Parts: sequence; structure tokens; C-alpha cells
Amino acid sequence: MKILKPAKAGTYESNDIYIMIQPNDNGIKIELESIVMKQFGKRIEEVIKETLEKLEVKDAYVVAKDRGALDYTVSARVETAVKRAGVEK
Amino acid sequence: MKNAVGREIPDNIEGIGKVKPYEGAFKNIGAIEKTKVKVSSKLPNEDKVLSSIRESIIKCGLKDGQTISFHHHLRNGDHVLNMVLKEIDELGIKDITVAASSIFPVHQPLVEYIKKGVVTGIYANYISGPVAEAISLGLLKKPVVMQSHGGRARAIEEGDLHIDVAFIAAPTCDTYGNINGVDGRAACGSLGYAIPDAMYADKVVAITDNLVDYPACPIEISQEYVDYVVKVDSIGDPNGIVSGTTKITKDPVGLKIAKMAAQVIKASGLLKDGFSFQTGAGGTSLAVAAYLRDMMKKENIKGSFASGGVTGYIVEMFEEGLFDSIFDVQCFDLKAIESYRNDKRHQGMSASMYGNPHNKGCVVNNLDVMILGATEIDTDFNVNVTTGSNGIIMGGSGGHNDTAAGSKLSIVVTQLTKGRLPIVVDKVTTVTTPGETIDVLVTERGIAVNPNRKDLIEKLKGTNLPIVTIDELKKTAEELTGVPEKVEFDDKIVGVVEYRDGTIIDVLKKVK
Repeated sequence: MKILKPAKAGTYESNDIYIMIQPNDNGIKIELESIVMKQFGKRIEEVIKETLEKLEVKDAYVVAKDRGALDYTVSARVETAVKRAGVEK
Repeated sequence: MKNAVGREIPDNIEGIGKVKPYEGAFKNIGAIEKTKVKVSSKLPNEDKVLSSIRESIIKCGLKDGQTISFHHHLRNGDHVLNMVLKEIDELGIKDITVAASSIFPVHQPLVEYIKKGVVTGIYANYISGPVAEAISLGLLKKPVVMQSHGGRARAIEEGDLHIDVAFIAAPTCDTYGNINGVDGRAACGSLGYAIPDAMYADKVVAITDNLVDYPACPIEISQEYVDYVVKVDSIGDPNGIVSGTTKITKDPVGLKIAKMAAQVIKASGLLKDGFSFQTGAGGTSLAVAAYLRDMMKKENIKGSFASGGVTGYIVEMFEEGLFDSIFDVQCFDLKAIESYRNDKRHQGMSASMYGNPHNKGCVVNNLDVMILGATEIDTDFNVNVTTGSNGIIMGGSGGHNDTAAGSKLSIVVTQLTKGRLPIVVDKVTTVTTPGETIDVLVTERGIAVNPNRKDLIEKLKGTNLPIVTIDELKKTAEELTGVPEKVEFDDKIVGVVEYRDGTIIDVLKKVK
């Protein structure tokens, strides 16, 4: 599955995450900024990847700006961004 | 060697020397000796007013390697520390230790002086902003010494912290060195933290933007301690002096925590005539005061005193007759300053009177209830308010470990998680306040009582408050957030956390 157009979801509010997703040619690329990078950076990347996998997105460029979101928030924001972007099967 | 809170403390620390590890909150109390003070006495007709800060530095004979001090009542509006360091730098003086009761973001220029070697040591009770980050990154030559408000007074009085020159920001000063904080453009109220500096420094310079004719009454710091007086255009920005944090929280979670904390106080049996109380200026802490206010009015309870850094909210309770007096070491807002100026029962106190464990009795010893915050609290009830969970300095004890030790009931109020970080953890990043002095933790998801307080556990059993163990709270927090990865530190020690009695309760490592 491919991302069709850029889209975003989420906010910069505390405990939320802002996700921007764009088309990408080869695979998944994630750029993450987080206020809890040292403690949860790896975990947040994992959740983003898992969510994309579940949605069968193979190629995407994701910019994520995290303000301390919990796992389910991360996952929900990624899913919304993907659905807004539209995918090509 | 491991100290009494299980922290590995080296016997010797470069830049500090031999250290005495923390042994327990009340293990190091008893006979002490106060230090001698050098005094340069004045002749009749000798003038104290000098033309500039630079002249005062020269007259005081400040040399490489000496220690200068500052007080923090002007908080993030302070101009004095930056002005003095600029002159010291221009005079080519190096290797200075800055003993400031607190350091704020406004003191960013200090970072440059650290890099240039003008400043090589720092003592402070609280540091936030760029200076804190620079220290955590290992830029300061000697380890920072983080003290408490009472501990700083103790160190100065005992000579552990010798001050060569104290620079006192004086909202009002007369030509012979009498100082008060209640008048002038930069009025800040009580000058409690500056009093040990004035009494024990070899030289004392009052820096004022409101130089008045002799005598400036009321006198808070008297002429007998002051060597020189310097007039400048502005000692501080009034907007930065008055804190922005003195509003009751509107956050429903914070209010829930505050309400439960008030119910714990009631259940403890301490809420009766003669009740004494202190709370911080944070939104949730103030909300506890709001709930107590209602309870005290409803049950017609008359408290004896409120203390601490004082906010307008506490003043309102005082004016309503809910407290007989206020002990004030620092005013947080204009209402507090006004009350301190006008009402004799709103009593000033020095940092030593407030919290020094080595005098003949400090005010915290008479406190019934203290409400405290926490950046982290561990399952042994040890509290960290010094570093963030990323290991970078973002605060310090202030009066935290003084009031926790002195009060009959110390209650930590905090949300269980903040911005994904669990607040209840296995081991706090830094121990500021030992768990043996913390009695209760109140979070939105339950209340944990220190197992040592069996009396309190019994009393709370009869209520419908949600009492859980601290381990359960830790588990709940981690279920929400996930288990955070351990933050890795460099081996280099960038600071020590001194307990109020002068022993070392923890060390601060350089962040990677």
C-alpha cells in the first residue's frame, strides 16, 4: 500500500502527538522528536511502525512530534493520518 | 560507600574534597559551632555609598578563587547577579564561586562566564534554565553543590560555605546600609534568604535602585552588617519578580488530588485549633489550601500559623482569621508583599529561622502539615525535585527536605503520570528528600501511606479514601505509560545534593 498525498493528524498539546505523513519511494522512514525521547523514543517508533504495518502501509515518510502521548494515542494519530492521506492498493 | 538511602557516594569528590554520606534525617543533630566573622569596622563620618558596582568589587578586594553570594527574592526578574558578574569578568577576576540561593533562566549570561572560567563553582538551592543545563552537560569546573534553604543557612553559619562578598539586591536602602524589601519599584517583601549572607559574609554590598535618606525604616537587614551601598538604575524587573504560578489549578485531576489531600489532613486529626500549615505556590498545592479553607470555616477552626514562601491566597486565609500569624521567608506576589508591609502578625523570618536544622529550633519543627510536590517519588518514598527524569537539573530542594523533616505530616501531591512519564518509580533519578521524612503520597489514582506511619494508616482505615500501597501505584503508572528506558549517564560527577544537615544524600552525573 502506498501513501497518496501528504496528511496530518494530532496536535502539539501535552500528551498528544502530531503526525505528518507523506509519500515515500522506498520503505518506511520515521523522523521522531519527543519530550521523552530518552525514555520512550524507541517505543514510540515501534508503535508507529506496528500501526503502519497493521494498515499495510509499506512506503511512507512520517514526521512525528511527540508531547508525551501514550501508545494508543500514537497509534490512533498515525491511523488517522494514513486514512486522511488515502492509500493506493 | 552506600549512604542511608542506598546511593553510592565516593569518599572523595574532586573539587569538593572529602564527603560525609547521609546517615538519616536526624542522625546529625546536636552541638555545633558557629563560624567567626571578619568585620571591618567603620569610623564616624565614614561614607558607605560608592559610585558603581565595579568600585564596590575593588573596595571589597575580591580576588581570584573567592566566593560571592546572591539571594533570589527578585527571582526571574533579577538583574543584580548578571550586573555583578559582568563587572567581575571585565576586571579580569577568575575562578569565582557563585553562592546564589537560587538561579533562574534570567541568569543565562552565567553560562558564558562558566565557559570562560570566570565562574568555576556554584552553590544553589534551586536552579532552572540554561545554567542548570550547562551544569548537567559538564561545563562547570567544580561540581555544583545543591543545598536546601535551611541547609544553606546552616552551611553559612557553620563556615562550610564561606562567603567573601555578599551582594544584596536591596529594593530600598538608605545611605548607611539599612535595607528593606517592602518599598521601591522592585519591592519583593521579605528578604529572609539574604539574612545569613549579610550576617556571615566578610564583606556585604547593598545594591539598590531606591537609595533613600537615612534611616530606611522598617529595617530588615541592618547597617551593622553592610559595608557598602551602590545605587544602580534597576535591580530587577517587577514582572519577573512576581511569580506567575500562584493560581489555584483548574485542572479537574489536580483538584481531585487536592481534595483528597485535604481529606487526609482532616483524617489525621491535626486539623484543629492551633493548626499550622505550609504549602507551595504550585496550582495543586494551593488548591489544597482552598479545600482546607472551606473545612476550617465550616468547623470554625482557628489555625496558629502559615509559613514559607507566601502567596496572596494564604494571606486571604490569614485576613479571614483562619491563621493567627504568617512566617514569611519570601513573598510570591503583590498581595503577600502588601500584607507583609502592613501587618505585624505577618512576620518575616530568615532562612535559618525557617529551616536550619542546627540552630536552637527552626520554624519547620513547629509545622503540622506540609504539602509538597515531586518530579519523581520512588517506592521507598524518596522524592526527587532536583533533576528531570532525563537527568538534567531542573530545580532543587528549596525548602522541600527542610519542611518534610520538620512537619508532623508531610504530604506529596502529584499526578501519577506527567507527559507519559510515570511519577512513581522504582528508584528516583536523584534523591532530594529522604523517604523517611515523607508520610503520604496523594495521586488521582490512590493514596499511599509510608509504612512507618502505622498510626496514620490506622486513622485512614476508617475513611472511604482510596488507600493503596506505593508499589500498586507504581504498577498502575507503568501500565499506563509503559516502562521507561533507563537514562544513561556519564561517570563524571557534576554535582552533589547536600542534605540539610550537610551530609551528601546523592550525586549528580553528567548527562550523555
